[in-house]
Amino acid sequence: MTADLSETKPLTARIVAGRAPLNLKEYEAAGGYRAVRKALKELTPADVTKAVKDANLRGRGGAGFPTGVKWGLVPSLEKAPGSRYLVCNADEMEPGTFKDRLLMESDPHQLVEAMIVAGYAIQATRSYIFLRGEYVTAAKHLNAAIAEAQSAGYLGRDILGSGWSMDLHVHTGAGRYICGEETALINSLEGRRANPRAKPPFPAIAGLWGRPTVVNNVESLCNVPHIVNNGSAWFLGLNQGKSKDGGTKLYGCSGRAKRTGIWELPIGTSAREILEEHAGGMKDGLKLKAWLPGGASTDFLMPEHLDLAMDFDTIAKAGSRMGTGLLTVVDDRQNMVSVVRNLEDFFARESCGWCTPCRDGLPWTYKTLVAMEKGEGRPGDIEQLEKMTRFLAPGRPFCAHAPGAMEPLQSALKFFRGEFEATIKKIDQTTAAHAAA
Amino acid sequence: MAIIHVDGKEHTVDGADNLLKACLSLGLDIPYFCWHPALGSVGSCRQCAVKQYRDQNDTVGRIVMSCMAPASDGTWISIDDAEAKAFRESVIEWLMSNHPHDCPVCEEGGHCHLQDMTVMTGHASRSYRFTKRTHNNQELGPFIGHEMNRCIACYRCVRYYKDYAGGKDLGVYGSASRVYFGRAEDGVLESEFSGNLTEVCPTGVFTDKTHSERYNRKWDMQFAPSICQGCSVGCNISPGERYGELRRIENRYNGTVNHHFLCDRGRFGYGFVNNKDRPRQPMVKRDGAFVAIGAEEALLNAANLLKTAKGVVGIGSPRASLESNFALRQLVGSTKYFDGHSAAEGLLVKRVAEVLRTGPVPAATLRGIESADAALVLGEDVMNTAPRVALALRQVARGKATQMAAEKHIPDWQAIAIADIGMHHKHPIFVATPDATRIDEIALDPVRAAPADIARLGYAVAHLIDPASPAVADLDAASAERAKQIADTLLASTKAVIVSGTGASSESVINAAANVAWALHARGKTVELVLAVPEANSIGTALIEAPSIDEAFKAIESGAADTLVVLENDLYRRAPKARVDAVLAKAKLIVVDHQLTDTAARAELLLSAGSFAEADGTLVSNEGRAQRYFQVYEPAYYKPETVIRESWNWLHGVRAHQLGATPVWEQLDHVTAEVAAVIPMLARIGEAAPSAQFRITGLKIAREPHRYSGRTAMRANLSVHEPRQPQDADTALAFSMEGHNGVQAGDRPAALTPFAWAPGWNSPQSWNKYTDTVGGHSLGGDAGVRIIEPAANAPKVPVYANHVPAAFKASTAELQVVASQHIFGSEELSAKAAPVQSRIPAAHVALNAADAEALGFAEGALVDVQVDGQTIRLPLQRHADLARGLMAMPVLPGVPFVAAGVQARVAGVARA
Repeated sequence: MTADLSETKPLTARIVAGRAPLNLKEYEAAGGYRAVRKALKELTPADVTKAVKDANLRGRGGAGFPTGVKWGLVPSLEKAPGSRYLVCNADEMEPGTFKDRLLMESDPHQLVEAMIVAGYAIQATRSYIFLRGEYVTAAKHLNAAIAEAQSAGYLGRDILGSGWSMDLHVHTGAGRYICGEETALINSLEGRRANPRAKPPFPAIAGLWGRPTVVNNVESLCNVPHIVNNGSAWFLGLNQGKSKDGGTKLYGCSGRAKRTGIWELPIGTSAREILEEHAGGMKDGLKLKAWLPGGASTDFLMPEHLDLAMDFDTIAKAGSRMGTGLLTVVDDRQNMVSVVRNLEDFFARESCGWCTPCRDGLPWTYKTLVAMEKGEGRPGDIEQLEKMTRFLAPGRPFCAHAPGAMEPLQSALKFFRGEFEATIKKIDQTTAAHAAA
Repeated sequence: MAIIHVDGKEHTVDGADNLLKACLSLGLDIPYFCWHPALGSVGSCRQCAVKQYRDQNDTVGRIVMSCMAPASDGTWISIDDAEAKAFRESVIEWLMSNHPHDCPVCEEGGHCHLQDMTVMTGHASRSYRFTKRTHNNQELGPFIGHEMNRCIACYRCVRYYKDYAGGKDLGVYGSASRVYFGRAEDGVLESEFSGNLTEVCPTGVFTDKTHSERYNRKWDMQFAPSICQGCSVGCNISPGERYGELRRIENRYNGTVNHHFLCDRGRFGYGFVNNKDRPRQPMVKRDGAFVAIGAEEALLNAANLLKTAKGVVGIGSPRASLESNFALRQLVGSTKYFDGHSAAEGLLVKRVAEVLRTGPVPAATLRGIESADAALVLGEDVMNTAPRVALALRQVARGKATQMAAEKHIPDWQAIAIADIGMHHKHPIFVATPDATRIDEIALDPVRAAPADIARLGYAVAHLIDPASPAVADLDAASAERAKQIADTLLASTKAVIVSGTGASSESVINAAANVAWALHARGKTVELVLAVPEANSIGTALIEAPSIDEAFKAIESGAADTLVVLENDLYRRAPKARVDAVLAKAKLIVVDHQLTDTAARAELLLSAGSFAEADGTLVSNEGRAQRYFQVYEPAYYKPETVIRESWNWLHGVRAHQLGATPVWEQLDHVTAEVAAVIPMLARIGEAAPSAQFRITGLKIAREPHRYSGRTAMRANLSVHEPRQPQDADTALAFSMEGHNGVQAGDRPAALTPFAWAPGWNSPQSWNKYTDTVGGHSLGGDAGVRIIEPAANAPKVPVYANHVPAAFKASTAELQVVASQHIFGSEELSAKAAPVQSRIPAAHVALNAADAEALGFAEGALVDVQVDGQTIRLPLQRHADLARGLMAMPVLPGVPFVAAGVQARVAGVARA
């Protein structure tokens, strides 16, 4: 059974609900740290990068950028001697998303091993796990795993006699959504305000402390040891023919479904399978009204989109983004104005305050929705919201935070305009004429 | 050069610029907030959006921030595009959603960049109907007011204060729409350059508190092109007056000197002009008390005093204009004129002038300092003697990040990227001073040493660079190693600046600095010298080449003269009190001054002079730049009983009465011309500014903006009949809103530009309309004329100074006195301004902590300092950094004059 699992669900094969995570010995016994040995003893850093590139591993943080390509942007040691950093983005704060938490709490050695292999690929001198502050258990488990790995010689100086050295540290964040943006994360790691940076330079050229830096999501990294162990072709085959992308994906579901949770499935599994088979469908008496494919910053999709394959390209074609791949379902008893108001409350609060459209446009959006929710919407409010969706679109604010905030709003306005119109207070014609004059 | 296409028109621009700067430099208007020519681009406000097209066939385009996009060749953009315009209007509307719209009661109103940009975008009606966020304000000290509700979160304040000026105590707190710009808690802003916040802030969050108490609109003020009197740097300022009172000093753009920024002494130290106790009428001493007399009587009185004198000597002033000094020289005769520096200081200042005149290395302009990539500071505490130089040196350090970014093909305006790449890396700056300085944090392991040892270090560096310069015998190993590091670094630079001056009271230190610069020059390096001198016209008066005060005193003491004419000079700041008392007891004293100094109080006749606000004149800065300052207002217009005249005018009037002739000089130009004709080294000072005959389309230049209001009412308390406006015979400026008033910015020569205004641009940002490129040089050339340049015939191998001093021997029995300078308090005039006074440190004397320990003095203990035959009781400060064997005597009110110099003084320090 275990063998089967590691063949089909490599990321979660060693995770058993209710059981403490494997310690070093148990992890090694289950095949752990084989990838470190193989990489450091048999492969060059370029070999590792090539394997990940060939596997077409796409970033699991939500953007889907090919991980191997990202590593390839780091300049060679000859061109940029000195320190370079690997950073794991474990600041999982996307509403409705809890996949990295599972990986870190339940199999911390997998991430540690992954970071050693990835660190080797880019020849990092030091690495960090930037961990969401509330993930207290994950921090405890990761620190224990790092200590074990350190004493076993997997971390520190001259790892396994390879001549290559790297330390690994857990840094717990102070709680800002924007720290999930990789350059804001780097600023925060440096002790500065978590504002996104201007690009270029990209982190691969000048990131943490001005040095070449790679920032990868937890789930992305956790795939790396398996690719090294089993090869790119094996990884590509994990999709069972459901997608162009390779590997498995942690999918999940939250909202009023029967069984919310996380499942490791072939990438490209349909949303219907996730919701109806794994989550058991909507709770009795409720009907699916709309769903977010992968976090609060993705556009709503409708029930008719359920048969779409959950991969980056297919969901993008339908007008949304796969994001983190954890569905949030909205049922027929929920009012879309309230749902969006709740989301915009979050985005307005989590703006870093750097650029005007985001800092001042999101609170305005939120306050308008609050008014509408109370039935105090006014003529012009919907047009105002639509203007926000246009002027907070990508390229207009400084980073992707506000455009992300606009995705659920613009799709809600598209699919459920009637619910918004219903909140507009009827003003008697005389008053309206007065106001217009 | 690059060709860009803006709304279908082709323009040639500097392709290294961003689109915003390129367009502004073309005179095109794009609104902006977070961008600033000195701070670069960060893309936070999103106000400067334009539509960019792939090529001329692209009709869709995309919105980009012009400040973040390069002006590369073949760029196609539209400013007028409807969507870009709508977006820009939206940005203002977002910003305004939290702005209190309190313009009528806001002191920024009328010169507010936010107002200008709001009008520019066309945003006129509000649709935001929800509550605004509110903040608490902070008490930030006597200079800066704080009203956070007005904040539009452009981040300029922290980017200027922290990144540009190196301040530590202003930050951004909170997040989202609650971001807060202020200190961690209430308290005085620590930076010496905090005043620039008032101009950097695009709205009324940070305002000039000295102005707020009685603020008025910019359009209601009368301005003049003026020069700061606070130190020797010569920053260009724009003082504003209303109702006969100076109300504010703002920066006046000079692309070669101060460009956008002033120091706080210069900005907030103007209060002495308004002080109630100023002599505003000539006064004669009768029965031990001053009695006001008329001008004619005063002139007669003075002439009689001189006629009956057995001998007359005149003491000039390094804080008075060349014209006034020359008028004194002419009155008393060139052999009886003394330049007003103390004996020791006079020698140092003259040596500085000599180094610049005869050596092969030019003086650095302030702007020139900023482009260096290595600096050596020898002996000079520039933050306290020439503060604006310290701000320029900080830009040297910051240049490293720009250079590192350039290696990664990041342009010099990408401020965030540059900071992220450069991190803590700095260009090397070496600092060797007797005590800690406020620029130590940008220095590589600062050296603390006595002046003689600082000079030895400098000589050693010079010798390593060019062995033809004298070697230092018996240099200790640590200093030798340090000298090697400095020499190697300077030789590796592409441009070095060597900074020194009179602050260490040591000619050896100045000579050592000169040797380093000259040695670098001999090795073919690009190098410039910055030599700070004590006062605004120290270099100018030094060029008159008269002996210093000591010789004047000797003439009185020996009985060769019995009458003393003192020009704008407080002798008690120049010599020990006992000696000044004795001299004044023997002499009849005529004082011409605008302040009631201790010396003026002793005068038999006190002639009420104009300060820089009521007079015109020419100064020479430490850079050797002759600059003219112009009268801001005519005080008698508001108070007819006032009799204030330029010092040169008084002194020339006395001479005319003495000779029984009519005055020859009828206007400033006559005096300036004669100075230039008589003193060869000042031959070019006439070029500092256009003459009184200058006109634009037949018009004088208006000192007041064209919307100036209230003129017919402001004198109604005296008479309902409005008199003719005061006439200004001395200059091409008019005391009026009538005349050429800057409607076509840049028409006026920079030296005659009283204030900046252009249609649609009321804030200090309007200076951008007066420059060839934004942040560049004034249209028609920056104001002032360099009258000191390296001699064309300077020998290729310089004549090195060769008096290497002996190593300093520290002793606690005999301490050597060094002067410690303070930005607030050490300069005579600004120390009389109330807001500055609250920042002046208490009188004290400082010793090295270990020396104090050895002598048994605790921090704060009262001690008796015996020096120069006087005993001075002061509280003691223990300084960890002060070199051993030194005693730091502050130049502060309450601390009597003590000659600082190379010679060790006996300092018998006893328990109080």
